[in-house]
Amino acid sequence: MEASAAYAVQMHGITKRFGAYTALDHVDLDVRKQTVHAILGENGAGKTTLMNILYGLYQADEGEVFLNGQKVDIANPTTAINHGIGMVHQHFMLVENFTVTENIILGDEICGTAGILDMRRARAKVLELVEQYGFDVDPDAKIEDISVGMQQRVEILKALFRGAEILILDEPTAVLTPQEIDKLIQIMEDLTAAGKTIIVITHKLKEIMRSAHECSIIRRGVYMGTVDVTQSSEDDLAARMVGRNVNLKVQKTPAHPGEVCLSIRGLSVKDERGIEQVRGLDLDVRSGEIVGIAGIDGNGQQELVDAIMCMAKATKGTIAIKGEQIQNTSPRNVIDHRIGTIPSDRHRWGLVLPMMVLENSALEHHGKETFGEGIMLDYDKLYSFTAELIQKFDIRPAGCERERMSGLSGGNQQKTIIARQVAHVPDVLIAFQPTRGLDVGAIEFVHKTLVAERDRGAAILLVSFELDEVMDVSDTIAVIYHGQIVDTFEQGTVDEEQLGLLMAGGGAQ
Amino acid sequence: MDNLVLLAGITLMYSTPLVFGALGGVVSERSGVTNIGIEGMMVIGAIAAAATSYFTGNPWLAFLVAGLCGALMALPHAVASISFAADQTVTGVAINLFAPGFALFICRKLFDGAAMSPIVTKLPKIFGDGWMRGTVWTNVNVNVTTVLALLLTAAVWFVLYKTKWGLRVRAVGEHPAAADTLGIDVAKVRYSCVLVSGLFAGFGGASMTIAIISQFTQTAICGQGFIALAAVIFGKWKPFGTYGACLLFGATQALTIILGGGSFPVPATILSMLPYAMTLVVLVLFVGKSVAPKADGVPYIKGSR
Amino acid sequence: MSAVIRFMRRPFANAVVAIILGFVVAAVILALAGFDPLATFATLFQGALGKPKYITNVIIKATPILLTGVGVAFAFQTGLFNIGAEGQYILGTVVATIVGVTFNFPAPIQVPLVILSGMLGGALLGAFIGFLKARFGIHEVITSIMCNWIMLYLCNFVVGSDAFHKPNSNTALPINVSGYTMVLPEWKVSDEGIAYLVARPWLRDILLKTDFNLGFVIAIAVAILMGVLLSRTKLGYELRAVGLNKDAARFAGIGVERSVVTCMLISGAICGLAGALNITGISPHTITLLSVQEGYGFNGLSVAFIAGCSTVGCIPASFLFSGLIYGGMTVQQMLGVPSEIISIMIGTIVFFTALPAMAPKIADWLERRRLTTKEA
Repeated sequence: MEASAAYAVQMHGITKRFGAYTALDHVDLDVRKQTVHAILGENGAGKTTLMNILYGLYQADEGEVFLNGQKVDIANPTTAINHGIGMVHQHFMLVENFTVTENIILGDEICGTAGILDMRRARAKVLELVEQYGFDVDPDAKIEDISVGMQQRVEILKALFRGAEILILDEPTAVLTPQEIDKLIQIMEDLTAAGKTIIVITHKLKEIMRSAHECSIIRRGVYMGTVDVTQSSEDDLAARMVGRNVNLKVQKTPAHPGEVCLSIRGLSVKDERGIEQVRGLDLDVRSGEIVGIAGIDGNGQQELVDAIMCMAKATKGTIAIKGEQIQNTSPRNVIDHRIGTIPSDRHRWGLVLPMMVLENSALEHHGKETFGEGIMLDYDKLYSFTAELIQKFDIRPAGCERERMSGLSGGNQQKTIIARQVAHVPDVLIAFQPTRGLDVGAIEFVHKTLVAERDRGAAILLVSFELDEVMDVSDTIAVIYHGQIVDTFEQGTVDEEQLGLLMAGGGAQ
Repeated sequence: MDNLVLLAGITLMYSTPLVFGALGGVVSERSGVTNIGIEGMMVIGAIAAAATSYFTGNPWLAFLVAGLCGALMALPHAVASISFAADQTVTGVAINLFAPGFALFICRKLFDGAAMSPIVTKLPKIFGDGWMRGTVWTNVNVNVTTVLALLLTAAVWFVLYKTKWGLRVRAVGEHPAAADTLGIDVAKVRYSCVLVSGLFAGFGGASMTIAIISQFTQTAICGQGFIALAAVIFGKWKPFGTYGACLLFGATQALTIILGGGSFPVPATILSMLPYAMTLVVLVLFVGKSVAPKADGVPYIKGSR
Repeated sequence: MSAVIRFMRRPFANAVVAIILGFVVAAVILALAGFDPLATFATLFQGALGKPKYITNVIIKATPILLTGVGVAFAFQTGLFNIGAEGQYILGTVVATIVGVTFNFPAPIQVPLVILSGMLGGALLGAFIGFLKARFGIHEVITSIMCNWIMLYLCNFVVGSDAFHKPNSNTALPINVSGYTMVLPEWKVSDEGIAYLVARPWLRDILLKTDFNLGFVIAIAVAILMGVLLSRTKLGYELRAVGLNKDAARFAGIGVERSVVTCMLISGAICGLAGALNITGISPHTITLLSVQEGYGFNGLSVAFIAGCSTVGCIPASFLFSGLIYGGMTVQQMLGVPSEIISIMIGTIVFFTALPAMAPKIADWLERRRLTTKEA
């Protein structure tokens, strides 16, 4: 396509290599002015890399970039900002202990003489923007004290403050409630009406259908074409994204719950800052069922899982496994009670990345006699144990027993953790954000394994911020808000809107 | 009363090198680079000051040269930790291994193989040299460096909290990726801060050899750099908090001297432990409540979070 | 050229490059100061390896820094920076001296008693530092440095105390002879021994002119043992896991706080052992008044880093440093070059070992250059 002033952004033949790996292979992108343009692709497909090139964080090895029909060379973020490009990253780029105003002016400070900050003028300018776009943001609040939705609006303000005409939003809905998503879509409409152009990176089909005008698809670094969203369907987009027809629904039979395995009563837990995050929570999980906790990040999920694992102190209440109380003992004791956990952040909690795969596959159970007599650790036994897991769970690359854990892809790292847990036949399996950052194929695997473990008779607690996942996989859905379970439902007896309202505190008395 | 005046005077005197060193620590760590090499940079400042004052007779010039030499010693630390993402603790230790040897090497070269310099011209006292001599009040006639240290503390505070450079330094130390996406050159900010920290540490060394004592010796700087780092932690990485912590550590040193000079029934060796033991106690009691800059000690590699 | 490139990609190439750079920097400084670098280095090697006696002394002096090096390397592999090796070494000498002077058992009891008590001293100090880290979260570097100075003054206190001071000297009383660990201490000064040695001058040099002792054997054994402990036992596995990712280790049921204390206890014990062996093996078999840190701990740090924190790698590294330090003394005597040039060199070497992937980067650069010259 020829460069034309009708397009805000055009990227032609963009190629980016990291060493031997080609992240982007001659990708094209044409974004019409004053539209919302979605970029769709799986995790690791190269969407964010493409946008990082547009924003000057990376340099393309090949290809050209045009803004409003003019060829430009974007060497760094400063150039991008000067060209009127703003980017809201998936993980917010906000300094937590700065105020909203400080974050907005950073790098583009309003100064009096000799570099002395003029905070009064800065604050007034921020307020002006806030009012112009009708954002609900307090310029004097510290970032660490405001909600995630508000933080996102601060990020958008940062871009507008710098005069952005083109806004890139990277996975903007990942951390939002359905209601907050509605609000964001409204903001996007207002901004395009005010003349801005918006590029949204996402892998969520539903939101594309609702908000975008056009959608470009990238699969494994290759451009798969652009579609007019009104002429397309979710299934069509999914097939283009993954390259085959995917079954978005989880296959399972009705649950046959048995006795109560995990029983939580009146649990209260404080976070590191001493603020009570779990407040008198009650929950039961029976063997042979999957209980899914639906909720927005920050409503006590982390503290709940930490308390079960004895990583955090339960200030009140009890946690019992098959009638035996385990709260405030030790992670060792919890593991010995046959609880397996798939942690939310596998790099932080689940794996020791610089160690070998075979060393990681023994983690948690390394003290057992099966891995060596007495004080010795028998690496031959570790090897054969790991080789079996690799074969059974199809962990790739085959023969990676002595490779470093860090060399495996995210999906295979997650498989290693799950294989390790399943190998020790847990009575209770806690899966916290088990599909975070995985591609569709790996997600399918994780969900199948959870269902298989349920059918074996394990009690499964699924904690996820992805509402779709909770609704698809769980037999029972429990909604957490403000550290309490506000309601529970059988699968299929509740819709998304109802859950969203409860997750946002709408149903609480 | 007399003892209190004496205590105040000696406290101010001995806290001065600590204040310079600790301000260096504040600036560097606020930008996200730990600087264990403060001690070594102080040693370099100490020899540079003594040597310059000896050969030129101009202690003010000596003070300045000491700062510059300190900054020069900080340069390899900056290159390693910012451009090469090296282990900052190890390079800091390397500087502490290198600097005392280098200082003594220079000392022997300049002064005929002696391990200490001759007596050199000192910086003036604030009220001139003879003020109230013979009374206890002469202890209040502190070195001019003591006043400079206080002024520098105020200056660092002002720059950190009231100017755009301060805002950027703090942002880089907390969330370098955020600063980077806004077009702030993280490496440049960190280089400046590490060099400034060397400059301050050099001043600290000088304030020992050309203000408190009047020569370079092998033991002129013996652990002050590390006590200064403890003061940074105790002072919660804030300029005035750190200044207060330095006064506290200075006071323990003053106590050691006052008690050691009297007919106190404690051996001098035990008294000498006091500043170090005090540092430990203070850390145990207070460190849990202080929070370091988030990116302190973490190399920033573009493209990573 | 391709051989150089291949070498640069080997794991120990970084250490070799760092050592070369250490010599280069020292040469520049020497030249600027008006000394002849080549003559200095020649004298350095002569002083370290010129005679059997010199080599023996290099071995003797390598013993304590091998052990402190192993202590530091062990701690580093478990994520701790034991800069307190110096203090633990000093406490080892102090406790060994106190015990060796106070008790006087037959050698088979006295020797292990003195050595083990020195180890215990170092172990307790190490554990204390570990405890402060685990319980209060205070960085071990700061607490270690404070402890180093406290131990220095403790040593001086003991030297000066009524019970242990040796009159008219700056040392404490030497330990009882039954605690000595030199090789054949009595035989070599007996008539029979002297008669035997006179006929063999090289052996006479080693046995009579040096304090050739058993320490080095013990030190090498400890280095190997610690390597096995780290890589082949469940304890070593747990300690390494804590060092590499303490959150994941805690999640996996490993007691992180306990691991930190255990690790520092072991590291401290090894450093204390270094001190104890110096008391039992080397005259004057006692502690001396200290004005500055002795440097055994800091040299141990250097040894550990040049060895890439492999405990077995510390064995050659300790030889190197011992050779530098011992040869450095000759340099000062013969040429008047300040022996501090050795500290400068060591500091430089450690600095360059801290730069990760320096050698591979050089390899890449050479390869690119070769390719471009080929194209041209």
